[in-house]
Amino acid sequence: MLGEALFFSAILFAIGVVGVLTRRNAIIVFMCVELMLNAVNLSFVAFAQAYGVTGQVFVFFVMTVAAAEAAVGLAIIIALFRHRQTVNLQNINLLKG
Amino acid sequence: MLPLLLQVAAAPAAHAGAHPLNGTAAEWLWAVVLLPLLGFVINGSLSIIAAYQKGPADPSAAHGEHAAHDVHATDDTHGGHDVHEPDVVARHRYAGIVSIVGPAVLVLSFLLTAAIFIAMRGAGGGDMPAPFIQRYFSWMPVGALNIDVAFQLDQLSMVMMLVITGVGALIHVFSVGYMRDDPGYPRYFAYLNLFVFFMLLLVLGSNYPILFIGWEGVGLCSYLLIGFWFSDKVNADAGKKAFIVNRIGDFGVLVAMFMIFANLGTLEFVGVREAAGTLVPGAALVTWICLFLFLGCVGKSAQIPLYVWLPDAMAGPTPVSALIHAATMVTAGVYLVARSNMLFVLAPVAQLVVVLIGALTAIFAASIGLKQWDIKKVLAYSTVSQLGYMFVAVGSGAFVAGIFHLVTHAFFKALLFLGSGSVIYAMHKAYHHTHSHEDAQDMRNMGGLKAYLPWTFGLMWAATLAIAGIPVLSGFFSKDEIIGTLFSRGLHSTLAKASLFGIPGSSILFLSYVLALAAAFMTATYMTRMMLYTFHGPNRSGEKEQQHLHEAPWVMTGPLVVLGVLTVAGGWLNIPKFLPIGPAGLLEHWLEPVVGEAQLQVTNGTPTELSHGTEYALVGIAVLIAVSGIALALRRLDPATLVPKREAKPEEGFERVLEEKYYVDEIYNATVVKPTVGISRVLLWRGIDQGLIDKAGVHGSAWLARIAGAIGSHVQSGQLGTYAWVLVLGVIAVLGAFRYR
Repeated sequence: MLGEALFFSAILFAIGVVGVLTRRNAIIVFMCVELMLNAVNLSFVAFAQAYGVTGQVFVFFVMTVAAAEAAVGLAIIIALFRHRQTVNLQNINLLKG
Repeated sequence: MLPLLLQVAAAPAAHAGAHPLNGTAAEWLWAVVLLPLLGFVINGSLSIIAAYQKGPADPSAAHGEHAAHDVHATDDTHGGHDVHEPDVVARHRYAGIVSIVGPAVLVLSFLLTAAIFIAMRGAGGGDMPAPFIQRYFSWMPVGALNIDVAFQLDQLSMVMMLVITGVGALIHVFSVGYMRDDPGYPRYFAYLNLFVFFMLLLVLGSNYPILFIGWEGVGLCSYLLIGFWFSDKVNADAGKKAFIVNRIGDFGVLVAMFMIFANLGTLEFVGVREAAGTLVPGAALVTWICLFLFLGCVGKSAQIPLYVWLPDAMAGPTPVSALIHAATMVTAGVYLVARSNMLFVLAPVAQLVVVLIGALTAIFAASIGLKQWDIKKVLAYSTVSQLGYMFVAVGSGAFVAGIFHLVTHAFFKALLFLGSGSVIYAMHKAYHHTHSHEDAQDMRNMGGLKAYLPWTFGLMWAATLAIAGIPVLSGFFSKDEIIGTLFSRGLHSTLAKASLFGIPGSSILFLSYVLALAAAFMTATYMTRMMLYTFHGPNRSGEKEQQHLHEAPWVMTGPLVVLGVLTVAGGWLNIPKFLPIGPAGLLEHWLEPVVGEAQLQVTNGTPTELSHGTEYALVGIAVLIAVSGIALALRRLDPATLVPKREAKPEEGFERVLEEKYYVDEIYNATVVKPTVGISRVLLWRGIDQGLIDKAGVHGSAWLARIAGAIGSHVQSGQLGTYAWVLVLGVIAVLGAFRYR
């Protein structure tokens, strides 16, 4: 049971990573980050089944942080869009040296 | 303070072992040294406290209408400051305490030294073979190098201690009169006390490093006191000159110490003496050690070519010239050679160098002294010349004769300097009363002072006859012993068999003998000249000034009288064996344990005995030369024809060369100072500092950082995707590293 759950979690995480690495749209990248978080949540829950309840406690933490992060992250993306009229990450390179 | 001192004293006894001086006054050796330091602390504190107290730091400003007169007193170079009327003398607020503390520590130190001297005589005196060593604490235990703060009391350091504290105490008392009205009075005594502390450290240290601390310390005090009236740039420059010239010599002492430790493994005098047997006599090693030691002596004791600082050192107060630049500090070099006798006797070539330099210095400085007009400059060149005699003696292995001349010279030269101080004091006061700005030290402005300063006049004549070498006065015995020994060393000694640059040693010794005699002739002449121009003939200071010329107070004349007695009777210390007028060779016997062995080594184990006829002939020649020198001056020089400085015409020909001191300062300026400044400016400043350090170092590293930043900043693409890729690859790399570790 644990093995299957972890396998699924890994697939989910990998999809999230690939999404972050390949997509240009800030919102999709953001959603992929959420996907990675949820992959981690899945493994926490799976471990909680095998080793005790601690993992579930962490899932709540992660969900709370993810909710806060979603609020802040979307706010940033909206502010970005208002300034640059785009959410394409290739056009946003203010940190270029 | 006292508990601290007792604590220091409690430490030693453990190491001392059984020595006849244990449990005697000699255990209080530390107090002799620390008393002057205590004086320094008290006087120095008073000087600093006064500066922070309310009211004017310079008391002369407190007396409204007198302030104007005191302005030129404070930045005057000539000492003996006094204000207009004696009843409103503006003194330093702590002058009273300082007048007591300053001399008192020296007097106490001297009394304690005398007690230790008596204890030494009780313990066998000249027969006491082993030095009395007091170890206080370990200072530098580094591997094989172990330097203790320890004092070594033996016959040689005893002689030096008696001279330093005895003559020092007299000069301190004199200073009370001479410097009392100076605004910097506590500072003056603080420096003077500190000087005596370092000087005692120098002669009592039981190893070269402690000696070297004293050596550097007296140099520091010399610098501070030469530049005592530092608001006048000339004086500050003279201090700097003394300090810098002495650095050259100090480098020599340091190198010599390194060589001694590297080759003998110890720096203790006792240890070096034992280990000296392992050195090859006459080898390059011991010769170089001695030459480097002698380089230090050349600096400290003002020999050719480093003598130039001593005449300039006369910028300091006159008692300082008497104590530091005549009686004690400048003789430290003679002490160092005598202390290192076990090394010098192994290096005849180095000894020949010492003799030759000494003889050349003696005649060179004496000839300059012939044409100086500043009374203190005459005495300064005379000191350089007499130091030359001392080096001739210790160089030729006649250590007792050298130390003997050191002692008698301390007596008569201190007397001459203090006498000149008394003269300058009188002249300065007279000029001060008449608001004249004439030179109070120039002999052309003096003349006929015997009527005004009878005591100074008589005592200075005694010292003059002593330094000239007139029989039964102290200088006669000491100088004659040096010249006589030089002659006998030329006949028979290890030096005579050695050679320097291919010239046989005996030739060098006989040449030095002739030079020494010629210098003795000049000494008699220039001293008589000084006395003639100062005390005889008409007075040239001016009519108004003459009414104000009078003898100094007793606090100044008193020390002169004591020194006068010593000057006359000092020769009794070491009467030669062939003269049946008293106990023979007291000092010779006293110093036997320290230098006896070395003196025998110089003469191959057999003491040289000249026949009595030869001895009498040598003495006769020396006396004849002294008398003819005086006679020449009396016949040829007429003080009546002299004109005051302001009317004097410049000299011509060779006399001008002498008056300008052979232009040595100018030559040094052109050959040493200017090139050094030039190289410093062009190479060190513009080249290395501005070019290398500034451009390559400071600006270069800034440029490097900028270039690295310009290149490195391209890594930052600003593309979020790139950063994400790098992050992921980094995570993979780290995880992989953990997996395949």
